Amino acid sequence: MTPPSPTADIVPALMARFPGLETSAYRGQTRVVVGEPVSLEVLSFLAAAGFDLLVDVTCVDYLEYRGATRRYGLVYLLASTATADRLTVRVFVDDPTPAVRSVVGLWRSADWLEREVWDMFGIDFVGHPDLRRLMMPEQFTAHPLRKDYPLQGRGERHNFPVLTREDG
Amino acid sequence: MSIAPDHDTRVRPAATREEDYLWTLNFGPQHPATHTTLRLVLKLEGERVVDAMPEMGYLHSGFEKIGEHLTFNQYVTVTDRMNYISPMANNVAWHHAVETLLGIDLTPRCKVIRTIVAELARISDHLLCNGAVGLDTGAFTFFLYGFYQREVIYDIFETLCGARFTNSYTRVGGVSHDFTPLVIEKIRTFLRTFPKTLNDMERLLTRNRIFVDRTKGVGVLTKEEAINGGASGPVARASGVTRDLRKDEPYLAYADYDFQVCCAAAGDCYARYLVRMQEMRESLKILNQAIENIPAGEVNVGVDQRVGRPSKEQVYSTIEGTISHFELSMSNRTFEVPYEESYAAIEAPNGELGFYVVGDGDDTAYRARCRPPSVLHFSLFPQLIRGHTLSDVVAVLGSLNIIAAELDR
Repeated sequence: MTPPSPTADIVPALMARFPGLETSAYRGQTRVVVGEPVSLEVLSFLAAAGFDLLVDVTCVDYLEYRGATRRYGLVYLLASTATADRLTVRVFVDDPTPAVRSVVGLWRSADWLEREVWDMFGIDFVGHPDLRRLMMPEQFTAHPLRKDYPLQGRGERHNFPVLTREDG
Repeated sequence: MSIAPDHDTRVRPAATREEDYLWTLNFGPQHPATHTTLRLVLKLEGERVVDAMPEMGYLHSGFEKIGEHLTFNQYVTVTDRMNYISPMANNVAWHHAVETLLGIDLTPRCKVIRTIVAELARISDHLLCNGAVGLDTGAFTFFLYGFYQREVIYDIFETLCGARFTNSYTRVGGVSHDFTPLVIEKIRTFLRTFPKTLNDMERLLTRNRIFVDRTKGVGVLTKEEAINGGASGPVARASGVTRDLRKDEPYLAYADYDFQVCCAAAGDCYARYLVRMQEMRESLKILNQAIENIPAGEVNVGVDQRVGRPSKEQVYSTIEGTISHFELSMSNRTFEVPYEESYAAIEAPNGELGFYVVGDGDDTAYRARCRPPSVLHFSLFPQLIRGHTLSDVVAVLGSLNIIAAELDR
């Protein structure tokens, strides 16, 4: 016998507070699709409602995906350390200037996770204190996990400036 | 002897700022105490660390991009390389996520076998992590005790699947090799002999004055910081967060075993060491229960599920086997994957290791996001080290168990 899940209470409260949100479930995972303008408000609401752990922030590029209408789908995986509940929040953004407000103020763990999404997908996190590339070098101009970026790269590796011992 | 009161102001330029007395030390990317390829830019005042700036990306290999081009079964070889300290746990995590997406229910035997290899991986990870903390703080013998037992675990894995380090053991819906009586015998021998080594290791270090002085009160992470910073695994539990996915969302066969979640309240390097030591004992408890109760029957899911390669016997003697083998062998006729996405995580030795997998009809993921525990732990590093000395850097770094391959992917 499993105890009643608090997610069951939070989702209706969320729907009442922000009308028009879409929810879906797959394999027992509840997902809420949030419009970009209210994403920060919804995530603040959820943080205050007990989702104290931001497990992951990531993104999916739906460029070639069947039936997809919007290009970038951000994924916020939330969890509660008290009840071990999980909730997935999706925020969709589009080219040419994909941007979403940063949640570093709510969870510090978002700092590097958002930097990684910026690095890999080029999503701008408005209000992030230090939005630099996390993995790729600073001179890199592309965002490698976008679907229009080829697996083998665009020759950046061969054109990198080489620092010799004499220059160094 | 007295110095004129205006002596200092005459020698120093008037506009001297505090920062002028700081010096910068570049620690890594190639340094024996980082153990892996990562870099720290330390701002020091004498020997005291004023600030640290962690840099990563030196080992970035585009694993997530590769995950969009390799099939679910091929990608398991890449997950080995993400964390070479406990590759078995990564294999289990990857296929756990894939099977969650596909909705495959494993056979009872497979669940227990995967639990056993994941717990062996946990012991082997904690041995190396605690061993390295000991090594970096001057306890070389302790490290060798730990590494000897790691060799025994490597031997078990070699007997099991032929590979010592990069096991690539799991498959969609099963594992590559079933347990043989020899493997079970080797695990039993390990379970008999390992507690003695563990006791020796505890006697060597747990009350060792030098080690305790070097680690107690160093790198303190409070419970609030741990949760807010996204810490998981032993790092979070050493700060009093009682989160363990084996208990909170029991996967595989964990619900059947009696074990405890190890926590500490102090949140310092010593607490993280103690939590890892105790977790090895709990893993032994799980292993002892699991190895004596391996269910009989098939290890891989049935031919009717159309995800695992049937055995040669089935291929040559049954029509279902022949068809299934053909379907899975042809690159344009693989198993059905829904246009859906899901996240599934396991309690890896290092923390919550999860994969966000997006399916798009064929057996190659559309997106294979890895949620690595090390990244979040590494981002906590500056606040842990501020105010401590340069020699504490290695103790804190070791106790966080940063794996650069998992950090950069």
